[in-house]
Amino acid sequence: MTSPRQQERLAYKRSRARRSTVIAFVSTLVFALVAWFTLTSAPGWPRVRDSFFDPHTALAALPHVLTGLWLNVRVLVVCEVAILALGLGVAALRTLRGPVWFPVRALATAYVDLFRGLPLIICLYLVGFGLPGLRLTGVPNDPVLLGGIALVLIYGAYVAEVLRAGIDSVHPSQLAAARSIGLTHAQTMRIVVLPQAVRRVLPPLLNDFVALQKDCGLISVLGAVDAVRAAQIDVAHFYDFTPYVVAGLLFVVLAVPCARLADATTRRLALREGAR
Amino acid sequence: MSVRPRLTALAAVTALSSPLWIAACAPADQDAAAPAAGQLVPGQGTCAPDQLKTLKPGTFTFGTDDPAYEPWFSSNDPANGKGFESAVAYAVAGALGYKPEQVSWVRVPFNAAIQPGVKTYDADLNEFSITDERRNAVDFSAPYYDVTQAVVTTKSSSAAGVTTLAGLRAVKLGAQVGTTSYDAAKTVITPSAGISVYNSNDDAKQALATGQIQGLVVDLPTAFQITGAGEVPDSVIVGQLPAAGAPEQFGAVLDKGSPLTGCVSAAVEALRAGGTLVKLTDQWLAQAGSAPQLK
Amino acid sequence: MSEPLLRISGLVKRYGPHTVLAGVDLEVAEHEVVVLIGASGSGKSTLLRCVNLLEDVDDGLILLDGEDVSDPRVDADLVRRRMGVVFQAFNLFPHLSVLDNVTLAPRIVHGVPRDDAESAGLALLRRVGLEDKASAYPDRLSGGQQQRVAIVRALAYEPRLLLLDEITSALDPELVGEVLTLVRELAAQGRTILMATHEMGFARQIADRVCFLDAGVLVESGPPERIFTEPTHPRTQQFLSRVIAAGRL
Repeated sequence: MTSPRQQERLAYKRSRARRSTVIAFVSTLVFALVAWFTLTSAPGWPRVRDSFFDPHTALAALPHVLTGLWLNVRVLVVCEVAILALGLGVAALRTLRGPVWFPVRALATAYVDLFRGLPLIICLYLVGFGLPGLRLTGVPNDPVLLGGIALVLIYGAYVAEVLRAGIDSVHPSQLAAARSIGLTHAQTMRIVVLPQAVRRVLPPLLNDFVALQKDCGLISVLGAVDAVRAAQIDVAHFYDFTPYVVAGLLFVVLAVPCARLADATTRRLALREGAR
Repeated sequence: MSVRPRLTALAAVTALSSPLWIAACAPADQDAAAPAAGQLVPGQGTCAPDQLKTLKPGTFTFGTDDPAYEPWFSSNDPANGKGFESAVAYAVAGALGYKPEQVSWVRVPFNAAIQPGVKTYDADLNEFSITDERRNAVDFSAPYYDVTQAVVTTKSSSAAGVTTLAGLRAVKLGAQVGTTSYDAAKTVITPSAGISVYNSNDDAKQALATGQIQGLVVDLPTAFQITGAGEVPDSVIVGQLPAAGAPEQFGAVLDKGSPLTGCVSAAVEALRAGGTLVKLTDQWLAQAGSAPQLK
Repeated sequence: MSEPLLRISGLVKRYGPHTVLAGVDLEVAEHEVVVLIGASGSGKSTLLRCVNLLEDVDDGLILLDGEDVSDPRVDADLVRRRMGVVFQAFNLFPHLSVLDNVTLAPRIVHGVPRDDAESAGLALLRRVGLEDKASAYPDRLSGGQQQRVAIVRALAYEPRLLLLDEITSALDPELVGEVLTLVRELAAQGRTILMATHEMGFARQIADRVCFLDAGVLVESGPPERIFTEPTHPRTQQFLSRVIAAGRL
C-alpha cells in the first residue's frame, strides 16, 4: 500500500516514460522519411539504384546465390565441428607437462605458429592444388573437401590459441583444488579446467565463428561455387552489382542470429560466474 | 537551457542530415560523349595523335591482364610486341599514328576491365568477346578476331575419348569466371554435374592437371597453347564447340562512351582491309582450325 | 607408540633463492588435531601444499601411514585420494552445482556410482544444513556456505587426513562462526586434522597440539594451554604478544 506521495511520483515517472517512447517513435519516423527522401532525390540515385538495388536482377540471381549459400552453410557446420575438435586437442596437448611430452608440445606450438601466420588463400592453394598434385594414395581430390581441410588447419590454430588463453586464465587455485581431491591431470583438464576455459573464451570463439562464416566462401578459389562466386558469375552476366548486395545481405542474415546468441550466452555465463 | 538538451538537439540535427552527405557522394549521371558518326580515317584529322583524347596526351595506353597469356602475348611482357594481341595493339597504334615508343601498357584484371567505372587505359586487349550485356558497361572496338571455344582434357581422363557434345554432358567441366567460355559450357554443353568456376585460367589448368575437372573450356588458340606448350601435362583438345547464337568475336574494350572508340574501330577496320589481321593471325595463331568440331 | 598418521622429517622447500621451509619436523597422530600458527610468510601454507604433494620438496621426508609419499616414484594422484584439502579461497568449481562439486571425487576418482555418491553427498550436506542448496551453483552461496561445501567436498571420499589452510581468513567475521562450528564437530568425530589458522581462540579450543612456525622453522610445539599461556621460545612470545595486542586472542 503506497503513500499518496509515492503514487504521485510513480504517475510522474510513467508520464515521462510515455513521453520518451513517443519522442523516440516520432524521431525515428522523421529520420527514416528524411533519409529516404534525400536519398531518392539525389542526382546519382537512379544509377546507384540500378547498379546495386535492381529488383529484377536480385530476383534473377537469388536462386543461384541461395544454392551457393547452401554450400557455405554445409561447409561452415562441418568445418566448425572439426575446428573446435582440433583446437581443443592442440590446446590440451600444449598443457602436458614433463619432458617426455616435449616433442608433442613442440609440434603443437609449431602447428599453431605456422598456421596462424600462413595466409588462408595460400593454404587453400597449397592444400587444394598442391596436395592432390603429390598423387599420394588416399588423398582426397574433392575441392570442397580440400578447401575444408585448409580452413580447418588455419582456424584450428586460431581456436587453439584462444583456448590456450582461456585455459591459462583459469585460476591456478582451481587446478590446486582439482588435484587435491585426487583428480589426475587429464581429469582435471576435462572436468574442471576446459569447461571453465571454454566459457571464458566464448566471445572470441563466437567471433571466430562469424569470421569463418565469411571465409568459408574462399573455397571457391578451388572451383566450388559458393554464394559469393555465384554472385560473381551473375554480376558478370547481368552487368549489375545487385547480386553482390543480395549475397552480402544473406551473409548478414546468417551472422546476426549468431551474434545475438553469442551476446546472450556470454551474458548468462558472466552472471553465473559473478562477473556482473 | 542546460547542456544536455542542447547536445541532444545537436546530435539529432547531425543524424538527420547524414543522408544528405551520403547522397552527395553518390555519382551523378555522366553525359555520354559520343563521337561524331561519319568517315573517320585513322591517323588523320580527329584520329591523329595530336587530336585523340587519350589519357595521356601523345601516348596511347593499352591495358591487359597479369599474367598475360600465350599466344596472345609473350613472356608476360605486352610491351615486346610479340603475341597476337600485342602485335594487334601496336598495329592499331601505328595505324592511328603512334610510334611504338608512344605506346604504354597498364595491367588490369580481366573482370575489372569490363565493369562500369573509370578506366586506367585507353583500350584493353585481353581476349574479350563482344557481347550485348557487356556493351551495357563498356564500348567495344570493331572485332579483330573470330573465336571459337574448345574443350581441353588430359589423356587419362574420362573425357579423352569423347567425340560428341552429348558425351561431354557427364564430364566435370571447369572455366574461368565471367568468361564466354563459361557461358559456352553452360549453354552449349549443359553439363549435368555443374561447372567448377575459377578465378583465373591458371587455377583452372591446375584443377585439370590434378584431375579435379576433366574438361577445361577455353578459346581455341588458348587450347592449342595449353596442349602444344604442355602447360598441362598429357593434355589434348577434345574438340571445338559450336557457337551459341552469333559467332563470337574479340574486340578491344574502351570506356563507355569513350571519344576514342570510333577512331580505334576505324584503325581495326583498316588493318582488316589491308590484310594485316590475317597476316598477324597466321603469324601467331597458326594452329587455328585443326581441332574436330563437336556436334 | 604406533606409527603416526603423518610424519614430516627435515622438510626443506625453496623458491629460487628464498628458503620457505628450512627443515621442518612434525608428526600428526591419528585422530589428532594439530594447529599451525605463525605470521604470514612463515611457511604454513607451503607446508600444507607440500604435504598434499602440490609442491615438490627440496629435501626431507613425508610419510603418510608409514609410506614415503615424497618419493618422486610415488603416484601423487593416488596419494591425494587419501587426503582432503580445504583452501582459504574455497575453490569450489563454479560451473558445477554444489552436489556435483561434492560428488565429483567419489564418482570420478573412487568410481562410486552416481546414485550412491549423490545420496551420500546429500547426507553430508544435510548434516551441515546445506541440503537445500544441493542443486544451486556456488555463486549463489555466501562465503561461509561455500566454505562449508568445500569442507564437505573434502570429506566426501573419507580421507585419512584433513588439511585446512586458513579456511576462515577470507570470510566476513559473522560467517567465520559457522565454519569453525563445523570443524569443531569434525574434530569431535575423531578426524585427523592438520590446520593452519589465524583464529587463535579457536585453535585454543580444539587443538590437541599447537605448532608455531616462524621463517620456515618449527620453533615451538605443545598443548594449546601451554603455548598460549607460557610460551618458552622468545619468538613465540613475540608473535603471541602482537596477536594479543591486536585483540585476536
